[in-house]
Amino acid sequence: MPIKPAPDFSWIKPDPHGIFVEPCNAWIDPSKPVETALVTHGHADHARGGHGAVFATRETLAIMDLRYGGAGRDVMIPMREPVDIGGGVTATYFPAGHVLGSAQILLEHAGERVVVTGDYKRRPDPTCEPFEVVPCDIFITEATFGLPVFKHPPIAGEMRKLLDAREQRPEGCVAVGAYALGKAQRVICELRRAGYDEPIYLHGALEKMCALYEELGVPLGELRSATGIKKDELKGQIVLCPPSALNDRWSRRLPDPVTAMASGWMRVRQRARQRNVELPLVISDHCDWDELTQTITEVDPAETWVTHGREEALLRWCQLNQRRARALAMVGYEDEDD
Amino acid sequence: MRAFATLVDRLTYTRSRNAKLDLIADYLRTTPDPDRGWALAALTGALDFPAVKSSTIRNLLTERVDPVLYTLSRDYVGDTAETASLLWPAPEGEDPSDEPSLSEVVDLLRAMTRSTVLTELPKLLDRLDANGRYALLKFATGAMRIGVSARLARVAFAQAFDVSVDEVEEYWHGVEPPYPTLFAWAAEGAPPPRTDLVPLFRPFMLAHPLDETVVSMDDYAAEWKWDGIRVQLVHINGETRVYSRSGDDISATFPEMAEALDFPAVLDGELLVRGSHQGGEEGGAASFNALQQRLGRKTVSKKMLREAPAFVRLYDVMIRDGEDLRELGWAERREHLELLMDRLDPKRFDLSRLIEADSFEDLATIREGARDDAIEGVMLKRRDSPYIAGRKVGLWYKWKRDPLLIDCVLMYAQRGSGKRSSFYSDFTFGCWDGDPDKGADLLPVGKAYFGFTDDELKWLDRHVRQNTVNRFGPVRETDKSLVLEIAFDSVHESKRHKSGLAMRFPRINRIRQDKPAHEADRIAALKALVRD
Ligand SMILES: [Zn+2]
Ligand SMILES: [Zn+2]
Repeated sequence: MPIKPAPDFSWIKPDPHGIFVEPCNAWIDPSKPVETALVTHGHADHARGGHGAVFATRETLAIMDLRYGGAGRDVMIPMREPVDIGGGVTATYFPAGHVLGSAQILLEHAGERVVVTGDYKRRPDPTCEPFEVVPCDIFITEATFGLPVFKHPPIAGEMRKLLDAREQRPEGCVAVGAYALGKAQRVICELRRAGYDEPIYLHGALEKMCALYEELGVPLGELRSATGIKKDELKGQIVLCPPSALNDRWSRRLPDPVTAMASGWMRVRQRARQRNVELPLVISDHCDWDELTQTITEVDPAETWVTHGREEALLRWCQLNQRRARALAMVGYEDEDD
Repeated sequence: MRAFATLVDRLTYTRSRNAKLDLIADYLRTTPDPDRGWALAALTGALDFPAVKSSTIRNLLTERVDPVLYTLSRDYVGDTAETASLLWPAPEGEDPSDEPSLSEVVDLLRAMTRSTVLTELPKLLDRLDANGRYALLKFATGAMRIGVSARLARVAFAQAFDVSVDEVEEYWHGVEPPYPTLFAWAAEGAPPPRTDLVPLFRPFMLAHPLDETVVSMDDYAAEWKWDGIRVQLVHINGETRVYSRSGDDISATFPEMAEALDFPAVLDGELLVRGSHQGGEEGGAASFNALQQRLGRKTVSKKMLREAPAFVRLYDVMIRDGEDLRELGWAERREHLELLMDRLDPKRFDLSRLIEADSFEDLATIREGARDDAIEGVMLKRRDSPYIAGRKVGLWYKWKRDPLLIDCVLMYAQRGSGKRSSFYSDFTFGCWDGDPDKGADLLPVGKAYFGFTDDELKWLDRHVRQNTVNRFGPVRETDKSLVLEIAFDSVHESKRHKSGLAMRFPRINRIRQDKPAHEADRIAALKALVRD
């Protein structure tokens, strides 16, 4: 396959602090405060506080409001509706399938098309709209799980593991570490889909986000606070908490807990053991290797830029498949939201 | 294979010793023969399939996956078998009913040669899921590294069928994987495996630290504790084996000793090598360093045999001419032992001398005055004590010489700084917080980064790299199999450590390859040394 000619695209400038869109003086997911920010989704490494104006979906704005308080000059962008953001640049937001409200941003300028994915996944997720393939010239992708060892198993099997662990321990409980935004709600929804209709107990740090999800139209069933109740009440129950709570003092209030963690990293034993996890649940809100490479193939851009993750392997794959690609040295994106 | 893979998987994520024991015991109870026997063999490190090496796995993978992607993956995952299990291209139309049993796996692996392994192993891998592939590759390369020692597996076996672990240890060397007679005995009450035809290891009798105890010399005999390695020589049916403290057969390392005993007996003594006389009164034992040169070798050169010949300084006789003397009191056994000396080659055996002391105070003075490097301290043995496996309170005491010494287990290692930055040279070690066979765990008690020679450092570095079970940034967690004798000046109460203790100037006095981890000291022993 011949390599397509390299596009010019001097109007879009990758910077260590984000993607800079020069003609309209706007940044995408900047890691420092800026005048105008286009935000793909609400995870802290993409959506920071302190910007002048924020362009984001309704849900992302609501999430940012919850985290940082009302920001003032917010601009709500509906999905799939082109918006003129000045300087001859049009931005269109498309679902990214990552978390509630997550979007990829299509930028068009002088007939050239660039898609910035933010974070995305291809698996069905009952809490958000599925990813859409948007044809473009430059595809700016993440590579969080950009190694061929990452292959996320079907989620039903992971839910089975979780429910089995709960059944095996009527005198104890299962404590599931899950990120407060996205992962926790997805785990809850998947538990409901698997027929689990008992109350699910929440660490205080998850309560507000779950309430917001419900407000935004994602039903989560009966949730109860794990704070300020008797240890006995938690026997035989599933308790969700942020991953950091699994190994801290908070977990002492739980009756004989099995430590579970819902994350794509759980695919690798060493990573699971590092976190003292006893029940690894391989559940990710990012693409696995096959999905990353399949997405690049489907989008079929002239050039692929890789923002964050294990970019080296993905660049190698592009090279092996005669695709033009480059890594952007971005700072401040963490594996926070896997 | 599925049950075994599940066991391996769960052991990987289980930290508590008790929970590990439960998992293994449960597996052994519920899995049919001979699969459970093969699993036990794998857990005790008794299996070897020479055709399957780590390099074999790498070669298989780089035939199927781009070598750069393989290397990136391997670097990230940190383990060849796991990388391979994750990267292996899943076969089309998986058929779970085609999953092999563990015994079928054993048959297939045994039949593989270095020329067939590259075509046969893939067929096996194709029949398994990622977990199964991981368990298979660990099984085949004989490096399980799931934090289960051979001892722990045997304790779990004893627990599974409610039999005594000492008995299990006693029969262990007389049985071969998949151990049908051992399972028949433990699970179904069949007669125990025959032990009268093989030179079996018998668990050693061990001593407690003396601490503050004062004993009467009327009740106790005293002898020197020699600074070699404790060994057991067993001769039966024309064959002699030399066993280390952990029950490892080290006959090949000390062939001169294996030749030296030629009548049916089981003897207990200290293996030393002859060398420059260190000032002791008896037959010129060299320092432990000289002995160290000979440890851990599978074959020995003529030169070594000539320059550092081994001999055994006898402490006890357990069995003589087929007669079990272990029920007799120590004094009686000692008489038998003394009578035995005439039948033994003086080049290879001498008798551990008793210390003539009128009183305990007298003994303390003699002990203080001992200047022989080969003396590690004093042993006190109750004159009427039978020979009982393990460490029974009140029968035998060890009274180590200053500085304070304690046997710890290596837990973590970290790279050093400066010229040592490429070596794992900072070692964290721990003691047991109770009886390790009853589920006690190790608690860190201190950290040391000196006390060893350059050669020992190289050895330790290699040990750490080869026995890593976990990494936390620059720190590696080891499989907790290595005993380190730690010398220190004093020990104090401290709130900083979970053990509640802090040592002053701890240093690695000696690497105790000969000592199994479960025999390392307990926190209580260290606590007893607190002086403030
Ligand atoms: Zn994200
Ligand atoms: Zn991200």
